[in-house]
Amino acid sequence: MSSYRFVILNQKDNVATALDDIPAGSIVKVTRQDREYDMTIKQNIEFGHKFAIVSIKKGEDILKYGEVIGVASSDIAEGEHVHVHNVEGKRGRGDKEHEDRSILGV
Amino acid sequence: MKTAQFWGYRRPDGRVGVRNHVLILPTIVCATQAAKQVTELVHGTVSFIHQHGCAQVGADYEQTFRTYVGMGTNPNVYGVVVMGLGCETHQGRSVAQEIAKSGKPVELVSIQNHGGTLGAIAEAARIAAQMVQDASALVREPFDVSELIVGTECGGSDACSGLSANPAVGYVSDMIVDRGGTAILAETTELIGAEHLLANRAVDDRVAKKVYEVIEAMEKRAIAMGVDIRTGNPSPGNRKGGLTTLEEKSLGAAAKAGTRPLQELIHYAERPTKKGLVWMDTPGHDIEQLTGMVAGGAQIVLFTSGRGTPTGSPIAPVIKIATNTSMFERMRENMDINAGTIIEGKESLESVGRRIFDELLLTASGKLTKSEILKQHDFGIWRIGPTF
Repeated sequence: MSSYRFVILNQKDNVATALDDIPAGSIVKVTRQDREYDMTIKQNIEFGHKFAIVSIKKGEDILKYGEVIGVASSDIAEGEHVHVHNVEGKRGRGDKEHEDRSILGV
Repeated sequence: MKTAQFWGYRRPDGRVGVRNHVLILPTIVCATQAAKQVTELVHGTVSFIHQHGCAQVGADYEQTFRTYVGMGTNPNVYGVVVMGLGCETHQGRSVAQEIAKSGKPVELVSIQNHGGTLGAIAEAARIAAQMVQDASALVREPFDVSELIVGTECGGSDACSGLSANPAVGYVSDMIVDRGGTAILAETTELIGAEHLLANRAVDDRVAKKVYEVIEAMEKRAIAMGVDIRTGNPSPGNRKGGLTTLEEKSLGAAAKAGTRPLQELIHYAERPTKKGLVWMDTPGHDIEQLTGMVAGGAQIVLFTSGRGTPTGSPIAPVIKIATNTSMFERMRENMDINAGTIIEGKESLESVGRRIFDELLLTASGKLTKSEILKQHDFGIWRIGPTF
């Protein structure tokens, strides 16, 4: 078991934030919603970056601070790096004007 | 109510300054170089470079005008020498007349009326030299923290911003509010995705409705550009620091607002009419936000950064707070306080908050910030219309 530090900000969250550079292959102990389990970090996670603490399906919301920070643009496995390559923002999407119109209700 | 005091300067309009600058205020791009020359000649003067003041109309004209007047009337300024060209839309005379209502010394010099550049510089320097000596005769007096308007801001954010420095500033925001002062939350763009949390804290339905209105207006501007806002915000540096989406950045940015009720929403560069927590509608652009808050009367700004920035104002001290220790160590000449100790588990959020509050009082009483020492005189206006 590694001693790399990370933080899960809210029990609803499906991602954790690394507080150290965590190398791929590290095994970390995660406590989430009264469940404690070991998981393997799949890629190098830089300080400040996020990794999935449960598997997330494409189209599911990404939750941090207990709030929605975006949506998965592909399936994300437990322990994978979660960032711009597999998450899209929902807001300010001028490139997807129709969806945004429905969000804004205009 | 809890109290705390600092040493400041009482101005004729009753407001209290924490600095005693003589401001050389160019109302038009054409006068900025001459104004800069005056600050080279006369000790104790400050100015700023900009590209505005002509061929502006309507609400855009008004916003720029309000920003100039706000810089001049900010209580950190003892007196103002307004410098114009003569033929511009933002007439130096109109700006000077508006600033003069505050009761502070104001004089006008225009390049076309004073025989060109060199004549204008000589005249402005002569007036400024006398103002500086008069200003230096003032003595600081003790005042209550309730006299302070403190701007809060984050720039060059990283994933630590929302975990360390921003919540610590939020703790300070609550301390200021609890002592009768005013804290400004701003950067509307970087509250997109966190607006529901602030609307829930609004003092009434009218303020809550305005929260959603300013957010929607800002988001519509991005949508009108036809691109994903993520192409510009979060910035490349934000993304490298681990921030993935604007919503994630916003939730971290909102932590600066502490926990107290939201009293009102004000326009860019407008002075708060209420004490407590207020929201100024500004873009996320660091310098435009900073300028708006200072023009709105903020005497001091608390500025958090993860990537590190040199940001400062010509007239207001900006206390810069690092979100992580490695950047603080790399950029000690720019950063005033390290909140990275929270991430390392060495210090509590409350303890860092109290350190920031102590630094705020010291700075208000005259201690210089890093950005003041390095003469980082940033200025930028949020333009809301085209130039004609």
